[in-house]
Amino acid sequence: MAVKDRLTGNEAVAYAVKQVNPDVFAAFPITPSTDVPMIFSSYLANGEVTSEFVLAESEHSAMSACIGAACSGARTLTATSACGLALMWELLYVASGMRLPIMMPVINRAFSAPLNINCDHSDSMGARDTGWIQLYAENNQEAYDNYFIGMRIGEHKDVLLPVMSCQDGFITSHGLENIDLIEDDKVKKFIGNYSNEVSLINPKHPVSMGPYDIPFYYMEHKYQQVQAVKNAKKVIPGIFKEFGELTGRKYSWFEEYKMEDAERAIIILNSSAGTAKAVVDQLRAKGEKVGLIKIRVYRPFPMEEIAAALSKVKAVAVMDKADSFSNCGGPVYTDVRHACYDLGENRPKIINFIYGLGGRDVQMDNIAHVYEELKKTMAGSGGELYRYLGLRE
Amino acid sequence: MLTINASGELAKNTWRELDPAGAICEGGTAAQVNTGDWRINIPAWIADKCTHCMLCVPTCPDSSIPVKGGKRQDFDFMHCKGCGVCIKVCPLKAMTIAKEDK
Amino acid sequence: MSKMVEIRWHGRGGQGAKTASLLLADAAFNTGKYVQGFPEYGPERMGAPISAYNRISDERCSVHSNIYDPDYVVVVDETLLSSLDVTNGLKESGGIIINSNKDPAQLRDKLKGYKGKVCTIDAGKISEEELGKNFPNIPMLGAVVKVSGVIPEADFISKMEASFKTQFASKASVIDGNMKALKRSMQEVKGC
Repeated sequence: MAVKDRLTGNEAVAYAVKQVNPDVFAAFPITPSTDVPMIFSSYLANGEVTSEFVLAESEHSAMSACIGAACSGARTLTATSACGLALMWELLYVASGMRLPIMMPVINRAFSAPLNINCDHSDSMGARDTGWIQLYAENNQEAYDNYFIGMRIGEHKDVLLPVMSCQDGFITSHGLENIDLIEDDKVKKFIGNYSNEVSLINPKHPVSMGPYDIPFYYMEHKYQQVQAVKNAKKVIPGIFKEFGELTGRKYSWFEEYKMEDAERAIIILNSSAGTAKAVVDQLRAKGEKVGLIKIRVYRPFPMEEIAAALSKVKAVAVMDKADSFSNCGGPVYTDVRHACYDLGENRPKIINFIYGLGGRDVQMDNIAHVYEELKKTMAGSGGELYRYLGLRE
Repeated sequence: MLTINASGELAKNTWRELDPAGAICEGGTAAQVNTGDWRINIPAWIADKCTHCMLCVPTCPDSSIPVKGGKRQDFDFMHCKGCGVCIKVCPLKAMTIAKEDK
Repeated sequence: MSKMVEIRWHGRGGQGAKTASLLLADAAFNTGKYVQGFPEYGPERMGAPISAYNRISDERCSVHSNIYDPDYVVVVDETLLSSLDVTNGLKESGGIIINSNKDPAQLRDKLKGYKGKVCTIDAGKISEEELGKNFPNIPMLGAVVKVSGVIPEADFISKMEASFKTQFASKASVIDGNMKALKRSMQEVKGC
């Protein structure tokens, strides 16, 4: 039986980390992710975990420490937000390029300037091309579950990539909600033991890691990294299946909510997906054919699956809680629109809303407005492809 | 896996064959690479003048002065790059250097 | 869908409105409810007005926005009445609970014509008398449960007692003080 509890999103992640009892946790705490190392340090002080906790002097150092630890074959994590993630940037590529399955809860927060500490996805969306696996969570339960699932993906021998496990800063990280916790023994069984064949501290098999790579080999090594992402695509469904059998919670690349006969749909990530589901329920009660897709795995991007899910939809709004300042829409929009290109005749009309930047509250009315706008899109009455939701004009 | 063979050629391994992330999964692989081939000048050891004081051994940046039973040996020419640092530190002028005739 | 109760808390940074909302969520969870308890975050400053929220229901609530049309509003600091529109969006079928030593009738004219239930509770006094300190959280919590009926009273009292017993296992006086404050507030809240 699952253990019924109520935890904030951060508490849920810290609890997951406790259950894992990792070898090394290196961190430089930053709002709104601070709770994760803070709560973990109490577990450590109480003797509930046996990890090595490294309090670094910056996020750059924290990620460097993680890389060093992971090179020695240690189960390693850090947690961060916003500018903390930005300061790690150089090392994000090192971690993925060196194929180190480091776990990193990212508690999504906006970037400055203007100075803002509230939620949006600018941080992790900016890091979408750093070679990390990225998982997104609607609530505390999913943030908790994604931590274990993420570990299994990252540590899979055919993958060996670092994983960002994202949830919305404050909205879910500091919101208290019910949660079903998994028993310790089941967690241990699910995550298993981790041993990387390549380890810096194995005297029987000396190894040099991270050497200079000349142009003659660099592309081959980068292609190996691509292959690791392709392998992730192959192994993720099996990991979801196993997790479903363990907990009864069935996950996939994305959640399809009332999509069976939907003509209008929105694509959304993290906490606002829950708000949007309530809107779908209201509109469905009025007989409107609306649905929702909530992306869980954003890297690797489930391109074919998204295209298939949208092949019968007439109009789609992709919701981005981060702009890319490319003047052609947010990051999720670009990916989704790209995924649908080969649908040809069946291709839906796809528009983009940038929403909820810097913690702007996303209300049911806002989402209802999006479905209303999609009626016009479906009718072909134009409108900008790339818009801001709830902006004061 | 070593990607530069003993004759200095780059092995044309495919991405499938290379160790992940360029890791070198064995120790002491520098010994297998013929960097002596990069030499322009070549040193010579005059054994008669040498007192085996060992000043030259640690100054060699390429560890190319082998020591056996407390005595220095002739150069390891597979790795000596002919930099001449050893000659500068020798108090007895027990080494010379000249352009290598290849 | 079963009825969901939405509550909005108004307080000042440092007074514990956020903690109170989390305590309410905790208490409701302990009686088998689905809960949300969350603050509205910003640059936290001592004394600045802050809001916190609760959703309490028999089913999981997926909505993750703030609450604009609450069933109940709780005002932890009476002085906020003159600077904030505390009844904004508040349902007439619900009510407002204010930490004050005044009678509800004396405060109604500060509430911009709000026609619903107005309740007051002298949480500061109860706290001073039972706990020896001005910690209005526990009395406010008791008053909210009494007025809103969101949790069955007997169930609430027994679950809170159990919770205090685990929290303050070695301090019997703290458990007693908190329980007295809780029960008194449920009796002394005016206007319900």
